[in-house]
Amino acid sequence: MIANGAEDEEKWLAAGIAGLQQNAFYMHRALDSNNLRDALKYSAQMLSELRTSKLSPHKYYELYMRAFDELRKLEMFFKEETRRGCSVIDLYELVQHAGNILPRLYLLCTVGSVYIKSKEAPAKDVLKDLVEMCRGIQHPVRGLFLRSYLSQVSRDKLPDIGSEYEGDADTVVDAVEFVLQNFTEMNKLWVRMQYQGPAREKEKREKERSELRDLVGKNLHVLGQIEGVDLDMYKDSVLPRVLEQVVNCKDELAQFYLMDCIIQVFPDEYHLQTLDVLLGACPQLQPSVDIKTVLSQLMERLANYAASSSEVLPEFLQVEAFSKLSNAIGKVIEAQPDMPIMGVVTLYSSLLKFTLHVHPDRLDYADQVLGACVKKLSGKGKIEDNKATKQIVALLSAPLEKYNDIVTALKLSNYPRVMEFLDNATNKVMATVIIQSIMKNRTQISTIDKVEALFELIKGLIKDLDGTFDDEIDEDDFKEEQNSVARLIQMLYNDDLEEMFKIISTVRKHILTGGSKRLIFTVPPLVFSSLKLVRQLQGQEENPFGDEESTTPKKIFQLLNQTIEALSNVPAPELALRLYLQCAEAANDCELEPVAYEFFTQAYILYEEEISDSKAQVTAIHLIIGTLQRMQVFGVENRDTLTHKATGYSAKLLKKPDQCRAVYACSHLFWVCDQENLKDGERVLICLKRALRIANAAQQMSSATRGSTGSVTLFVEILNKYLYFFEKGNAQITSSSIQSLIELITTEMQSDSTTPDPATNAFFASTLRYIQFQKQKGGAVGEKYEPIKA
Amino acid sequence: MVLVLALGDLHVPHRAPDLPAKFKSMLVPGKIQHIICTGNLCIKEVHDYLKTLCPDLHITRGEYDEETRYPETKTLTIGQFKLGLCHGHQVIPWGDLDSLAMLQRQLDVDILVTGHTHQFTAYKHEGGVVINPGSATGAYSSITYDVNPSFVLMDIDGLRVVVYVYELIDGEVKVDKIDFKKTTTTQSAH
Repeated sequence: MIANGAEDEEKWLAAGIAGLQQNAFYMHRALDSNNLRDALKYSAQMLSELRTSKLSPHKYYELYMRAFDELRKLEMFFKEETRRGCSVIDLYELVQHAGNILPRLYLLCTVGSVYIKSKEAPAKDVLKDLVEMCRGIQHPVRGLFLRSYLSQVSRDKLPDIGSEYEGDADTVVDAVEFVLQNFTEMNKLWVRMQYQGPAREKEKREKERSELRDLVGKNLHVLGQIEGVDLDMYKDSVLPRVLEQVVNCKDELAQFYLMDCIIQVFPDEYHLQTLDVLLGACPQLQPSVDIKTVLSQLMERLANYAASSSEVLPEFLQVEAFSKLSNAIGKVIEAQPDMPIMGVVTLYSSLLKFTLHVHPDRLDYADQVLGACVKKLSGKGKIEDNKATKQIVALLSAPLEKYNDIVTALKLSNYPRVMEFLDNATNKVMATVIIQSIMKNRTQISTIDKVEALFELIKGLIKDLDGTFDDEIDEDDFKEEQNSVARLIQMLYNDDLEEMFKIISTVRKHILTGGSKRLIFTVPPLVFSSLKLVRQLQGQEENPFGDEESTTPKKIFQLLNQTIEALSNVPAPELALRLYLQCAEAANDCELEPVAYEFFTQAYILYEEEISDSKAQVTAIHLIIGTLQRMQVFGVENRDTLTHKATGYSAKLLKKPDQCRAVYACSHLFWVCDQENLKDGERVLICLKRALRIANAAQQMSSATRGSTGSVTLFVEILNKYLYFFEKGNAQITSSSIQSLIELITTEMQSDSTTPDPATNAFFASTLRYIQFQKQKGGAVGEKYEPIKA
Repeated sequence: MVLVLALGDLHVPHRAPDLPAKFKSMLVPGKIQHIICTGNLCIKEVHDYLKTLCPDLHITRGEYDEETRYPETKTLTIGQFKLGLCHGHQVIPWGDLDSLAMLQRQLDVDILVTGHTHQFTAYKHEGGVVINPGSATGAYSSITYDVNPSFVLMDIDGLRVVVYVYELIDGEVKVDKIDFKKTTTTQSAH
């Protein structure tokens, strides 16, 4: 039966249309020959097709539209008839003789339209008559379409303010009354549909009802467009009557649709002024109505209204919109203890957005909303439902987007409490959102309590929540996460040095809970922040009256030592070595010799015990030499010890070329240009000669193992170093020693056993060019270089 | 006219959160033909960002770079000029021009670009030009106090290179330029 249903419907519709068209044809013939009687006869027959019960609303509509079009022509004919002398009152009487009630009423409405236009009776009287006569049709679908027809034809004939139909007897009150009555009856019919037919077809019925809902809603649109319906009339008659019908019909579908309609159709200022009434209706609705969507829609509209112009904001305050809405939400949630979490959060999310738009300066309101949300969620533990989680993230992102300034969001005491309900993964996502907001707005965080509050929010990134490391996290994601924390640390800053030190200590405390995987990301930025602070303290005069508690470079260095030490747990010796050397240089600038020495010691220990990869050793030794070369703070003994060790390490590097280069780099340790007492020409030469010996050994090794002596590039490099010190005035480097070196290189290069190397040739050539150039300079330099023959 | 961007020592995220906003808005993709970077980016995100500005990207290794496989030195030819690139922590004493000149002779280049000191310099000597683009983020340096963010743009045209240095001083971008001409009598090795 059901399978055939659709086919059958098509057949019936086709039959209905055929019947309609046939009668319409005859009706037209009658119209053309001014035959009123026949016109009425055939039009009634035509309209009889609308008496069918066999069509679904969708199909009935098709039939209805054709009838509608034909009735327009009939209406024109009626108008002509009245002009030809037929009394409209008689016409009104005549059509009531039609046999069946439905065609009778359609004809009556049609004539009624002409009647009102003729103004032979007050519009209100005709309208009242029609709206009551329509009660004769109690079949839902037929009745809805009939009343819809009445609404359509009367639309432009309502006695609105300024309309031609307004008069002493006719006012907008009557217009409103008419529409309200039609609406009420239509809603009743619509609700009745729910109870027609067997229980198993409930879904089908609901679908059909859905298709018809706009017919009912149209009445509210009409009300919304009546000019005479001002705020007072809306408040006093329209809204109460409409709500009465909505509440009393006790139908879920109708209630949901109509509440939404009211909100969409009438102006936002009206809603503000009738907030009590509107919200008061909500708890009276059926419990199954999706009230949260209704409320969310309302709040969204009001939020947009507030955003549209700042002039309307005082209105919100005047009607106490915020407290009314939050109370209403509270009541709704209480009344529906089974409301899913997503629903609860959506409500609060809409309320929060509303609050942010309407009361942007009232952080306490925003906090209140978050607090209410926390309360409702309490006891539920971490939220598992994805949709609910998404809503919570939306809730938390709203203040960030609105304020563009994390500092404001940090003042919301309930913010972190809401974050507690997120599962670990989402918590981290939210933390990242927060950090991105800070980076985007380049916000500086400058007090400890803000830093503490911030780290509380992002604790999912700082350490392992629940004590276990999340093994499933992707390595790249983890790196990105930690790098963003590192960047964040750069944004924590205060000009006041005491405050800055406190910030650094606080951050340190937090990152040390991060575990070894996180330290390599978080320790460096903290170290450099601290070194920047040291430099600022340097610039300040030492305060002789300063108390014990004040920050000094020494205190910071102690902190730094302990912090870098933590890297040994990772382990990260290469990084730690670099950081120790940075601290050593900073201690040097503060003239703290013991502190600088301590840092060097730590660096050396790491070099000896932890750095075994040759490439890493080469870089490390250059960093050590480069740093040591710049140290001015060491006394002779300390300097000698450190230098001796450095040259020792250099000579013990694995590959000969690396040894050679490190050793000649050490030569600079004995020659510091701006300090006369640190220029030891002899020891410079000793280094360079040692480098030469190593270069020779390298050649011999190469000859033994490969048959050729390899390239002479090391010799050219050493030659350049000779020239460097020669020019700087090292008396131990003579022009003859340079000459011999040049000859050595020339010989080697011409020798058959040497591998030709264009790069080395070019290097040698440019070195010789340099010598020439210096000779040509003249003056003291030229004289110096004169004895050297290239 | 070939535009070469030279920059380095960004030290993101260890010492700086990001490039200054004013620099970022100036550096748009498609305008630069080559980027040479002295090193110490330090993370992949910076590498990827630079790649979006220009696909021809050359980087040498700085001691804090996450990517340890960048080369210690690099040479490339652009137009009539041979350029050399090196981070500079390998050349001791750090920042010493004579020692850098030695590296320049060794690499046999007209223009040597190095970093490490975070201090912009452009120095001409008989062998060519030594340029240090400074730190693009103004990162902390143990060697230089009060580092201003800076980078260099070289306009190479025939035998002439104009070096534009952009420095962010007190929130404003200041530009300076230096002209260098390569004399044809300078014999670069072939």
